[in-house]
Amino acid sequence: MAFLLRRLVRVITVVLFVTFFSYFLLNLLPGDPVTSIAPFGTKEIKAQIRHENHLDESVPVQYFSWLKNFVHGDLGNYYTPSSSSPVSKDVKTRFPVSMQLVLYSLFLTLIVAIPLAVFTAYVAGSRTDRIINTVLFGAFSVPDFALGLVLAYIVGVKLRWLPNSGYAPFGSGLWNHAKYMILPTISLAVAQIAGFTRVLRSDMIATLQEDFITMAKSKGISGKRVLWRHALRPSSLTLLTVAGLNIGALIGGTVVIETIFQAPGLGLLLTQAIRGRQFIALQSTVAIIAIAYVLINVLIDILYSVLDPRVRSGAL
Amino acid sequence: MALSSTDLGANLAKIPTAAGVKVEKEARKRLGITGWFAVSWLSVISLAALLAPWLPIAAPKADFLDLVEPNGNPPFHMAAHILGLDGNGHDMLAQTIHGARVSLQIALGAVLMGMVIGGTLGLMAGYFKGKIDRVISTVFDIFLAVPALILAMSLVAFLAGDPAKPPTGIFNIERIMTLALGIVATPPLGRIARASTLTWSEREFVMAARAQGAKNFKIMFVEILPNVLPAMLSIALLSVGVVVIAEGGLSLLGVGVNFTDKPSWGNMIAQYAQTDLNDHPWLVFTPIIAVFLTVLSLNMLGDVIRARFDARETTL
Amino acid sequence: MSEVHGGTGDNPQQGEALIALRDVTTYFKTPRGLVRAVDGVSFTLDRGKTLGIVGESGCGKSVLSKSVMGLLPKRNVVRGGSITFEGREIGKAGPNELRELWGNQMAMVFQDPMTALNPVMRTGKQITESLRHNLGVTKEFANETALQLLTSVGIPEPERRLRQYPFEMSGGMRQRVMIAIALACGPKLLFADEPTTALDVTVQAQILDLLDAQQAERFMAMILVTHDLGVVAGRADDIMVMYAGQAVEKAPTRTLFAQMRHPYTEALLKSIPKLDQPSHMRLDAISGRPPDLVHPPSGCRFAARCPYAQERCRQEAPPLVVHDTPGHEYACWFPVGTPEGAEALAKNQAAAIAATPAGGH
Repeated sequence: MAFLLRRLVRVITVVLFVTFFSYFLLNLLPGDPVTSIAPFGTKEIKAQIRHENHLDESVPVQYFSWLKNFVHGDLGNYYTPSSSSPVSKDVKTRFPVSMQLVLYSLFLTLIVAIPLAVFTAYVAGSRTDRIINTVLFGAFSVPDFALGLVLAYIVGVKLRWLPNSGYAPFGSGLWNHAKYMILPTISLAVAQIAGFTRVLRSDMIATLQEDFITMAKSKGISGKRVLWRHALRPSSLTLLTVAGLNIGALIGGTVVIETIFQAPGLGLLLTQAIRGRQFIALQSTVAIIAIAYVLINVLIDILYSVLDPRVRSGAL
Repeated sequence: MALSSTDLGANLAKIPTAAGVKVEKEARKRLGITGWFAVSWLSVISLAALLAPWLPIAAPKADFLDLVEPNGNPPFHMAAHILGLDGNGHDMLAQTIHGARVSLQIALGAVLMGMVIGGTLGLMAGYFKGKIDRVISTVFDIFLAVPALILAMSLVAFLAGDPAKPPTGIFNIERIMTLALGIVATPPLGRIARASTLTWSEREFVMAARAQGAKNFKIMFVEILPNVLPAMLSIALLSVGVVVIAEGGLSLLGVGVNFTDKPSWGNMIAQYAQTDLNDHPWLVFTPIIAVFLTVLSLNMLGDVIRARFDARETTL
Repeated sequence: MSEVHGGTGDNPQQGEALIALRDVTTYFKTPRGLVRAVDGVSFTLDRGKTLGIVGESGCGKSVLSKSVMGLLPKRNVVRGGSITFEGREIGKAGPNELRELWGNQMAMVFQDPMTALNPVMRTGKQITESLRHNLGVTKEFANETALQLLTSVGIPEPERRLRQYPFEMSGGMRQRVMIAIALACGPKLLFADEPTTALDVTVQAQILDLLDAQQAERFMAMILVTHDLGVVAGRADDIMVMYAGQAVEKAPTRTLFAQMRHPYTEALLKSIPKLDQPSHMRLDAISGRPPDLVHPPSGCRFAARCPYAQERCRQEAPPLVVHDTPGHEYACWFPVGTPEGAEALAKNQAAAIAATPAGGH
């Protein structure tokens, strides 16, 4: 119980810091923030910006007003030279798109990386293993956006097998939705697969040398069962750690991939906000993404204790 | 005395599947073909980047408009412009080399900053432990709570301000990028320095130095640092690759060096992806290949160095 | 090479022995060369009998038991000789054939229960897995049997223990669990590889008694592998002493202790500290190190460390044969307790005294 409480306190502290950081970004703008946001705006619009975002008040007041609004779902507004519109509507529609991309990539990564790692660990040192490892090493060095652009060109432009921009929601039909998501997902997943497989493989090779694997074999159970039921489980912790470390990169990658494939997610929102000087929108979106990331990490921590009984009892 | 062959035999018996011999050999990687390739490419590109203004190549933004063909100028078609021209008549080879200059400058600057600041903080945290460690680690954790690319992007976007008025002078956009990426690089490098310091501080020679009356900072920098440095070196090499990729990602998001001012690998990719992917794809692929080769070489080198020092650890 | 039988008399009938090894070799391919971990070992064992294999670490005894069971990897391992189990040759058996044997017919208790049990799997599951896979029983039946097994190995509160993880138990209890797992499907042959080395002295006796009791109850054959002569003293029917991959002496237990012949056996016995020795007395360690198994010496492998060694020992390897007592084999030119041996020892001691400068030590 005390354990959970401590974690909760820690999570809340981190969330507070993250929100403060997101809020504080606005103060980094050179000169008067209003001129950065709406340099060609009318006097009215400028006054509105100043008022709605409490820009004339002190930092603590600004922060708490911002936080209050944020918690209530008010994520600020987009400002054109003459009008404004709320950001939250946009975020609501775009969030699922980014989430889908992240989840699909994660899923693809796991279903490819885990069997690949188990297989290469089993045949470690053989020629097949070395070839696969070399390929993975190369894949690891390819930036996700590079792969995205290459795929967009080859598959989208040259071969015309799949569209290389746009999006259709899940509800509009499975293939309709999938065809827009395939290339972005693959672009994101490839580098992830390379990283995952390498780490999991070396972890499994180490596990396979342990005594309890020989013992399990000596019970007469099948080799497959030994590999999957006995050898993989202790390595699942490493898997989780790598997943945790990689989610951050995955989120960053999603942001860029969305821009390349014009998928209307939070990433594209960021890019458009930057281009359009929508710094308020930018700030809120960054906050949303950051908080989502913190919560995901909390989830991973919880999964940790589920997977390893030693962590649960505090023995580790 | 060296491991007796009887011990070796008994230990081999523990490995149920892996070819113990071959796996051991892999670990002791000599600077093979891959190592030499990596070193060659990196030397060539670094030298070219360093000497760019004095090399007998065109100025990067000089336009050879009269040579521009309607279907574009792909590489290896013209002797005078070996990598072709872009839509505005700029020589691709010149842009690539000057782009290397910018991208590598930013990457090296960021990693250097990360090593110095992160390294120092990590050393302090690992050596003094206790409260100092808690504070430093919490700071690291806070920065790590935001996905890296998001953090970098928000720092650059807000520090740079209005995209139509890019900052110049002392805090020009490259410096801002180096600073932002350096801040992002500090926590991971700091964490590694800390972990490494923790292991090394336990060793007896530290106790011996203290017993001789050496001051803390002297111990940290004279005794511990030389041992921590090799571990950080391989990570540093990989980090340079990561930052080069990050610069690409940031440019694609719309923050970064302005293409019309100066080429960088990132803004070249971003620019040509927008305008030329369908008709003149080679323009996009040229900087992508440059990035890929550089990151691949850095990863290879980092791997070789890590293997070398892993071996060193075990013979200690 | 003649064979030793598990105490059933001197005229063997091949069909009776449960397991028979003939000239078994196990070599490892390493960058340094071919390591001859097991270099020509033979023995037979009947059901209900215990064979103790004794030797220092690195002598090949663990490799031997793993090799016999077939648990060694295929790559870079060269196995030779014949291993017959219940009359069937299993030395060259494929993985499927071996899996049929494992669990059902033969099982192994490993040395360190902390590393030999899966740390993230409940102990109950580790037992029932073997039962369900080998005997095809239902989950309920398997759980029932597991409970009975835990009780029979002397674990109190078995229901609670079933659901626990290995790290929640003491070393002695973990070893009992491992024994329960090994015995679960009623194997005919049990390998116990240093079963007590990782345990406290107080627990060692309990575990050995447990193994004894189980063996008697199930009429199992047992191979007890250890570096400690004391462990096999009261518990094995026959003992085989190994050195540098070869068997150097084989005899029924009482014979071995009463009339040991091989100098290595003698040295092993002497190196055990005894309660009635005066304290602070120097332990009789065997000086020197085992030979290089990649290039073993052409003569007797123990010659370099043997107090009885003569020139002949270094040139010619002595064969492992029965000399006078039936059932007692040893490989030595100048054995302990014989006039040749005594003479050889005296010669060496005189030479040593002559070689040391006056005032010695």
